[in-house]
Amino acid sequence: MSAFPNTSTVQTQSVPTWRQKDAKPFVQIEQITKQFGQFTAVNSVSLDIYRNELFCLLGGSGSGKSTLLRMLAGFEEPTSGRILIDGVDMTGIPPWERPVNMMFQSYALFPHLSVEANVAFGLKREGLKSAEVNKRVAEILGMVQLGHLAKRKPHMLSGGQRQRVALARSLVKRPKLLLLDEPLGALDKKLREETQFELMRLQDELGITFIVVTHDQEEAMTLATRIGVMNNGDIVQTAEPHEVYEYPQNRFVAEFIGNVNLFDGTVMDEERDSTTIRSSDIDGLLKVDHGISGAPNQNVSVAIRPEKIRISREPIDLAVNATTGVISDVAYMGSQSIFKVRLNSGKEIRITQPNVSREMGNRLTWEDRVFLSWGADSCVVLVA
Amino acid sequence: MKQGSSVALKVMAGAGFVFLYAPIIALIVYSFNESKLVTVWGGWSLKWYVELFRNEQIMSAAWVSLKIAFISATLASVLGTLAGFVLSRMRKFAGKAMLTGWVTAPLVMPEVITGLSLLLLFVSLENMFGWPAGRGVTTIVIAHTTFCLAYVAVVVQSRLASLDETLEEAAMDLGAKPISLFFLITLPLIAPAIISGWLLSFTLSLDDLVIASFVSGPGNSTLPMVIFSKVRLGVTPEVNALATLMIVTVSIAVIAAIVIMHRQNRFKDTNK
Repeated sequence: MSAFPNTSTVQTQSVPTWRQKDAKPFVQIEQITKQFGQFTAVNSVSLDIYRNELFCLLGGSGSGKSTLLRMLAGFEEPTSGRILIDGVDMTGIPPWERPVNMMFQSYALFPHLSVEANVAFGLKREGLKSAEVNKRVAEILGMVQLGHLAKRKPHMLSGGQRQRVALARSLVKRPKLLLLDEPLGALDKKLREETQFELMRLQDELGITFIVVTHDQEEAMTLATRIGVMNNGDIVQTAEPHEVYEYPQNRFVAEFIGNVNLFDGTVMDEERDSTTIRSSDIDGLLKVDHGISGAPNQNVSVAIRPEKIRISREPIDLAVNATTGVISDVAYMGSQSIFKVRLNSGKEIRITQPNVSREMGNRLTWEDRVFLSWGADSCVVLVA
Repeated sequence: MKQGSSVALKVMAGAGFVFLYAPIIALIVYSFNESKLVTVWGGWSLKWYVELFRNEQIMSAAWVSLKIAFISATLASVLGTLAGFVLSRMRKFAGKAMLTGWVTAPLVMPEVITGLSLLLLFVSLENMFGWPAGRGVTTIVIAHTTFCLAYVAVVVQSRLASLDETLEEAAMDLGAKPISLFFLITLPLIAPAIISGWLLSFTLSLDDLVIASFVSGPGNSTLPMVIFSKVRLGVTPEVNALATLMIVTVSIAVIAAIVIMHRQNRFKDTNK
């Protein structure tokens, strides 16, 4: 198992497919809605996913991400809208005829069949000759390093081994599209990290398009070429991982991915490349290096990530993008420290600082009066 | 205090078991009695077992009973599996609860009523269509299948309800059409339930006296019927021997059913 992913074909291309204007999407989800009785699980979602992508659907429980995945696999029929895979309309096509395989969250290994027979199951349904079946089963089991356990039954395997059997079983048919439902959910932290890189390696080697459903934002950030953040049946933002983190489109995304400090205020002045906002939360004005398309005096929030705030005991100019406060809590985490600072307005914000030196002597501590500042390029205005 | 209550519990449990099993143990012990008188101990002997196997009436009744039990258990397993499948897999529809009730009603229906109604059915069928001609093995098999079916349906339904549905989805996802899905995945996974349903049906059919009395015809007496008619003329040591053999048969079947049901639990946790 290699510790690092090979440079993927996607990453070495100068422009990723999803940014090319005329690129043809591989999976087209068009206005999909799914209702269970009165409850709308997926609400008119449209999404294009391109060949060789590792697309993550990220959201909390009940956000509709699993329902969307089940509609791709064919276990649920959409109430309205349609799905095209490689240009073919999937409406009315049963799961056993779709060019799609799925890795289940529970793994769903057949308990009465050996590892080998589990993996061979899909190939036998294609009517392949047994020599060919055996060859491909051996090949894929070698790839996930389980060749020596081929004769075992699933209940004799560890969680990590079962996960790899499930992966092998879903890959062995060489589907055009692989769906993974919380693939790493049941693994411990160390195994998760290894498997993340393993998944990326396999995806790259086999050239299969992956759609991964997860509630774990770290997993999505590491794995994905793009992330679709879901909330209450809607996709609230689709973007590359760094965009989702650095340029969240709304409060939900900003708060769901990582930690964030939000200042509420009203727009005072707006130009094409800057916006000035007055907020009662802080002492100075807020200045952001991008315009927003909204009315003056509009109520907005400004989001600043905890690691983008400078913290110091030295007094600074408080006119723009700065404020003062008192440290109310400190957590030493080894590589970094987390400070909670109570501002004059009573609002408490969060700041993380890397522990660049081992020196403990001059460290910031409880009840210190501190000055906080940040750049105009570190914050984002959220209208919604 | 705790010590005392645990002793009391043991005594109560012991009393319960004595109450349940003392008559059966007495019967088994007396089946090895040398004496011709059932209530007088005359030393150990196997002579009543030998006697039993020489008794043609009993042997032929035993053969009839085993045949009926085998056929009706098999029919009940097939039909009961289908019924259990429908009950657990059909989406909710109006009258589903009623259908479930109908399938399981024979479990609580008094046997006298089941027997009587079946007898009436067979007689009127014969009058109208000429089938079944007379009453005998066929009618007993039909009667036993009806009430055993309910047991199988209940066991299979509960097994299906606890079956992880993603297993079937995974099979479909890998290209299994509904028919191969059923035979390759669902059937092997519910097989323990079907087998234990079969064994239960077998013992129920073997034990049944009341329903068989209603629907059997001349010359087709089942073993319980023969025992019952013999006992009315007085208990013979031969009947003790026969009863002992039946107890052994039934116990083996029931224990096998329990063991099989227990073993399936091992599989259940695989995907948790």
